[in-house]
Formats: sequence, structure tokens, C-alpha cells
Amino acid sequence: MIRRRAGRGRAPLSLLLPACLTVALLLLPLAYLVVRASGGGGRGWRVLTRSNTLELIWSTGLLVAGVTLVSVTIGVSVAWLTTRTDLPGRRFWAVAAALPLVIPSYVAAFCLLGAFGPRGLLQQLLGVERLPEIYGYWGALAALTLSTYPYVLLLVSAALRGLDPALEEAGRGLGRTPLEVFRRVTLPALRPSIGAGALLVALYTLSDFGVVSLMRYDALTRAIYLQYKSLFDRTPAAVLALVLVVLTALVLWLESRWRRRVSRSGPGTARQARPQRLGRWRWPALAYCSAVVGAFLAVPATVLVYWLARGLDRAEMPWREAANSMTASSLAALAAVVAALPIALLATRYRTRLTALLERLSFAGNALPGIVIALSLVFFAANYASRLYQTLALLVFAYVVRFLPQALAGIESALASVNPRVEEAARALGRGPAAAALTVTVPLIRSGIFAGAALVFLSAMKELPATLLLRPIGFETLATEIWKLTSVGSYSRAAVPALVLIVVSAPFVYFLSSRHEPTEVEHG
Amino acid sequence: MKRLVVLLAAAVALAGCGGDDGGSAAENGGTTGAKQSGELVVYSGREEELVEPLFERFEDETGIHVDVRYADSAELAATIAEEGDNSPADVFFAQDPGSLGAVDDQLTTLPQAVLDRVDEKFRDSGGRWVGTSGRARVIVFNTDDLTADEVPDSVFDLTDPKWKGKIGIAPTNASFQAFVTAMRLDAGEERTRQWLEDVMANDPKFYEKNTPVVEAVASGEIQVGLVNHYYLYLVEQEQPDAPIENKYLPGHDPGALVSVAGAGVLASAKHPDAAERFVEFLLADEQQRFYTEEAEEAEIPLVDGIPPKEGVPTLDELASRGPAVDLSSFGGELERTLELLNETGYTS
Repeated sequence: MIRRRAGRGRAPLSLLLPACLTVALLLLPLAYLVVRASGGGGRGWRVLTRSNTLELIWSTGLLVAGVTLVSVTIGVSVAWLTTRTDLPGRRFWAVAAALPLVIPSYVAAFCLLGAFGPRGLLQQLLGVERLPEIYGYWGALAALTLSTYPYVLLLVSAALRGLDPALEEAGRGLGRTPLEVFRRVTLPALRPSIGAGALLVALYTLSDFGVVSLMRYDALTRAIYLQYKSLFDRTPAAVLALVLVVLTALVLWLESRWRRRVSRSGPGTARQARPQRLGRWRWPALAYCSAVVGAFLAVPATVLVYWLARGLDRAEMPWREAANSMTASSLAALAAVVAALPIALLATRYRTRLTALLERLSFAGNALPGIVIALSLVFFAANYASRLYQTLALLVFAYVVRFLPQALAGIESALASVNPRVEEAARALGRGPAAAALTVTVPLIRSGIFAGAALVFLSAMKELPATLLLRPIGFETLATEIWKLTSVGSYSRAAVPALVLIVVSAPFVYFLSSRHEPTEVEHG
Repeated sequence: MKRLVVLLAAAVALAGCGGDDGGSAAENGGTTGAKQSGELVVYSGREEELVEPLFERFEDETGIHVDVRYADSAELAATIAEEGDNSPADVFFAQDPGSLGAVDDQLTTLPQAVLDRVDEKFRDSGGRWVGTSGRARVIVFNTDDLTADEVPDSVFDLTDPKWKGKIGIAPTNASFQAFVTAMRLDAGEERTRQWLEDVMANDPKFYEKNTPVVEAVASGEIQVGLVNHYYLYLVEQEQPDAPIENKYLPGHDPGALVSVAGAGVLASAKHPDAAERFVEFLLADEQQRFYTEEAEEAEIPLVDGIPPKEGVPTLDELASRGPAVDLSSFGGELERTLELLNETGYTS
């Protein structure tokens, strides 16, 4: 409803120009892939007709579907329990359940293997000979869920806190059971935030290499890396990466269909919702939250601390690496929200085919594995912008290419709940579209902007493949430090940078898990 | 939200005070202007943990400041290929002949004196790269489960059903692929295919790299693993009591292949003299002794007269058993090897 009402005006040039420029830059990896894929004659296309390419697509699809489904289930249920019920210690559970977001997925995989793998901690503890196999689909599913369900949890919690509880109360007043109220009132109102969260989860799963490699699951990214690693042949790798792009388009299409079915009402007023009493469901709910936090936070933390204890005597504190990580990630967060803002404004306030397309195109790099982004930027920068090559600026740009959709998710969800009439009033008073956006809209959605920035910051802190190839020489980050030590099997020493990464990132998750969507009432 | 502003401010402040080193390092790598007369840029596919002392020695000895970019060998080869003539790299120091071979058209011919430091077998036939240290294929085994005599003398014996579910392999790793290439060139295409199929019937376990294979042998998850010899020493660093040992295959066998890590100088090098000096330095007696005396992972020195670490066979002993193959042909042979691995189900 809001979108339709807001979609009347023509998109102003002051927003279109920066948005088009940004999207053009974001499409560089795609351009590179097309160049590489078409360069090898018919060779690249032969990859497509191989029978196992279809199998790869199938197994990748299975993984994406599984991770998204489990992440949405966990994310939505924990979000509801911690925002809408009288669950004991709900503030604690809200933060604790969001914290796995700071664990890089490859570290998560290492930790799960250390805990549940052959002769891992659990097996030593139980003293049994064999545990069920963790490698393969289920291991990959567990590790990827660990690092992605917090996206759903955070976006849905923020939406729930900004949602007018009057509707739910009305539903309850009409004698509906809590479950019915949730299913028929709350869930439909959450569709946009669930969609946005699921999208981030699905695209992350498509692009991830670390987990599928450690868990030995055959996904497309693993095949792409294999092409680079052993054949040194960039043509088939590019073709397979283009398949990933097609899958991205499919995921985006599914998400937009899901969003189209939203029946949106005005934001109403956000006030403290009267908590739903859990009654005798209190203990099962507590057990559920403990299980989630236990499996996804306590287990990896325990493994890391165990490794740390073994290697403490050889440990060096990675201060310089931490500073480098934070510098690059802060710059990436800033650049990403600045770049995402015009796109988000256009897509929500001036919705036309063109602006919707711009928004969708900005997802192009998000599902590509880091190595593809890195090599495409190596190619363009080394040959056409050598002054930028191997500078911090190019590294930050690579982060923006990979993570811009996260900034978009934060900003758009906030924009959706600000009434465009406020901006229209500013326009009527003589402000230009860009000026109105800057002076009226941006302050109103600042919480969403900060949320987007924090999401990008957290992702950039964890990023490895593009960092390895694009960083300035000698620029070591926490992620490269973890890579350096795990690649020689030195887990006890790798635990130090991994824990530092978690500790410096944790406050940002605390901030994210306590924010809510803005409403006019709050600011008016 | 005030909280977030405080957080960001704290992050920036922290980054500011800790960032001095990082900042200056960034300047070094970021600009092309050489700060000192003798600067050198090396792309190293060899792990920092293993080779950093060599770079430090070089800096001490020559006063030439070295900037090193560490990443995976194959990824660096792809990077050099994408960079083309604009590559900032002077030297490519790689894990395997395959990575060097992949970019050999961008490498320049090394001086004969440098090449002659090592046997012909361990350098490019076109003289564009030279081996700097050797690594032998071995069967690593769990000493709780097996004695050395129980471990097969030939990789061809691993097709026996008694090894079902007990073999570890890293089929996507360059070192395993080089071994299969050696088997193809030495024992023939058909026998190799048969071997791959028979081993596959034995349900081997697949790992991403050599280190996890050795770790799995140490943990008893599997009993034997096909790996390079020096990963044993890396795992022992982490688990000093691990029940693992290497078996160097005694007879003529593809499983006794000796391969190399090596280095080449880029034709587009901006510091060609320093680059050449660095490769020469790697082959000097003193640096070759580093592998025997100091390096944790005990690679095999390639220069005549320098013995390997205790417990590691000498180069002559190994070379007499290994397959007779040309390492610099491996780059070209790899495509066929990969096809074979793909057809037999080792790689997807």
C-alpha cells in the first residue's frame, strides 16, 4: 500500500545518477565472467553439458533450500519468543541467539568438526568408538545455519518490535488461540522481513565456499574453486559462476513473489506489546532457546576455548590485525550504506520497472564466491586502474560488491515503515528530492541505516577469499591470520584471532539485537 | 543508537592507534613508487608459517626489503594470469610445478648457473622456473593400528579389499593430482584407470587437503593416507604424541614420486635483479640447509651434498625409486588427469 502510494512520482535524476553508477560498478564481476566464459571457444559450454553439472545444481539447490528453511524456522520462532512473550530472561536470549553472526562460517565448520567430528571433543567425552557421520549434507547444513539464521532473527525481531501490537491484541480479544493469532495476524505482517532475511541466508549459502569444502559437500562453489585450483582454467570456472548468477536470479524472483503477497497496513504505533503469557509452555520454550544457543554459540565457543587452552603458551595477541580488520570493515560499512541509500530510496519511493531492476541488479555480486569477485577486480584494476590496484580502497570496494544487499536490507526495511507523506510535505515546502531525502528521510531511518552498516561491518570482518587476493601487501586481518594458521593445521594458535574477531564484533550484534523499526510516532 | 555511535567511535580510535604498522605496510604495497632502491615483491603460495624465516634472512643479508603476498598457489597463478603484464610481482614462489607451469609464458628464463644448482629433473625444461625444495609422496599410517611392514610396499596393493574404508585421499589437491599424473606417465593410462576404479571400490575417504588426511590418520578415522612426507611434521607440531609415521615406498613405484616447490621470475618484473638474486639465494647452501636443520616441515634440499633431516631418505635414494617423469610436463598433462579423475568419480 505504501509503495503504491509512493510510486507516483518520477524518479529524480539526483538519485538515479548515483544509483546507476553504483549498479554499473557492482556489475563488474558479471562483465568479467561473460568475458571469460566467452573467451574459451566452445570449451566453457561443454562444462554445462556434463552430467554432473546438473547434479551440482541439484545439490546446491537442496542445500540452499534446507539452510533457508531451518534458518527461517529458528529465526522467526526465537524472534517471537524473545519479543512477544514473557519468556524468562528474554533480553539475554535475544542477544545470545544473535551472537553466532560474528562467527565466520569456516570457523563454525572447524568448530563443529572439532566437537562432533571423528575423535572430536564429544567422542572423547563419551568414550564411544564412532559417532554418526558429520561430513556431507547435514554438517554443511548445520554450519551454514549457524552463521546465517541470525540474519532472519535480527530482521524479524526488529520488525516485531516496530509492529503495532493492537492487531494481535484484537485477534486475541476475538478469542483466537495464540497460535492462530501468530499464524493469521503476526506472520503475514512479518512477510517482508522474513523475505529479506531468507534472501540474505539463501544468497550467503550460494556463495559460501569454506563450509562446503570443509564438510566435503559438492556444491557449485566447490566445483568453481576446483577449476581454478587444479586446471588453472578460468573458462569453465566462469561458466559455473554464471550458473550461480542464474540461481541468484531465481532466488530473487522467488523472494519478490513472496513479497508481492504482502498485505501491508500502515505501521500504526509501536508501543510495548503486552507479552503473551507462555504458561506451561514456558519450560519447553526455555529448553528450545537453550538448545539453539547451546548448539550454535556454546559449542563453537567451547571448542575455541579448548584449542586456546592448548596453545596459550604460543599465543600472540593480533592487535595490528584487529585494527586492520576494523579499519577496512568500518570503511566498507560506510561506503556500503552511502552506495545503497539512493538505490533503496528509488526502489521504495519511486518504484518503477527501472528502479526495481536497479535494486535487483545490485544483488549480482552477492551470491558469487569471493574468489570470483577477487579475480574480476584483479583483472579490471591491474589492467585499467593500476593506481587503485592492491590498495585499501579496492579492498573496501570488493566488500561493497559482496555485501551491499545487507545494507539494502537494513535501509529498505526501515524505509517501508516511514510514511512517505512526511517527505512529500518537505517536497511541498520546496525541498528537492535529494535534499528532502537527506534532511527528512535519512534522519527518520537512521536506525535502519546503522543496522545495514553493522551487518556489512560484521560480514567484512569475516571475509576471507577476496581479502587474501586484494589486500595491500602486508595488510593482515584477523581473517587472513586465521587462514594462515589453520592452513598449516595450527588450530590452537588460530583460536586466538578467532576469539578476538568474535569479541570485537560482539558489541555490534548487541546493538543490532536491541534496535527496532522506526515509526513516525516515535520521532514525531 | 547512541551506543552504536560510541561503538563506531571506539572502533575507529582503536584502529587508529593500532593501525600504524598496518598503514605503512599498506603504503608499501599500494603504490608502485619504490621507497628503497632495492625492493622486491614476491607472490608466495608457500605458507607464511613455513617460509617467513627465509624472507627475513634475505632482507638481513642483502638489505633489500621484501613485500610478500601470501595466498594459495593456484589462486596466485590465476591472479598473475589476470594481472598480465601489469603484475606487481617480481617472483612467484609456488607450492607445485603445476602452478608455475600455468603461468610459465609470463616467466623469464633463469640464468644457467642458477638452474644448474639442481638436477634437471627438478626444474622446468625451458629454464623458466627451478625447484627449491623437494617433497616425497608417502603412505602415512597409524602406528596403533599398523606396523610399517603391514603397510603396502606399493600403492597398487591398496586395491586389496582389506583396505576398505581405511584409505584417505585428497583428490582435489594438486599433490594427489601430480601423483596420478606420474602414475599415468609411468604405468600407463589403462593401469591408472583400473587402479582408480579399484581404489574407489574400497570406499576411500576424501579430504580437502593433505593436513586433514594426516590428522584423520592420527585420530584413527582412517589407517593409511596418500600424502606428501612433510605434513607429518606439521601435525606433530600440534599433536606431539600423534601415533603416525611415514612409509617411503621401497620399490619402483608412482607412490614414490618426488615433486618440488619452486620459484620463477616474472618477465614483467620491475626489480629483475633483486628477483634473480632472491631465487639464487633460495638455492644457496645455507638456505638449502634450512630445510634440514630449522624448518618445521623437513622438506628435502635439492642441492647436491646437503642431506635431508634425519629420518627422511636422501634425494638419490628417493629418485632411484620414483617414476621417471618430467615435472615440467605436468602442467600440460593435468587436463587429462583431471578428466580421468572426473570420469572415475574422484572429483565432481
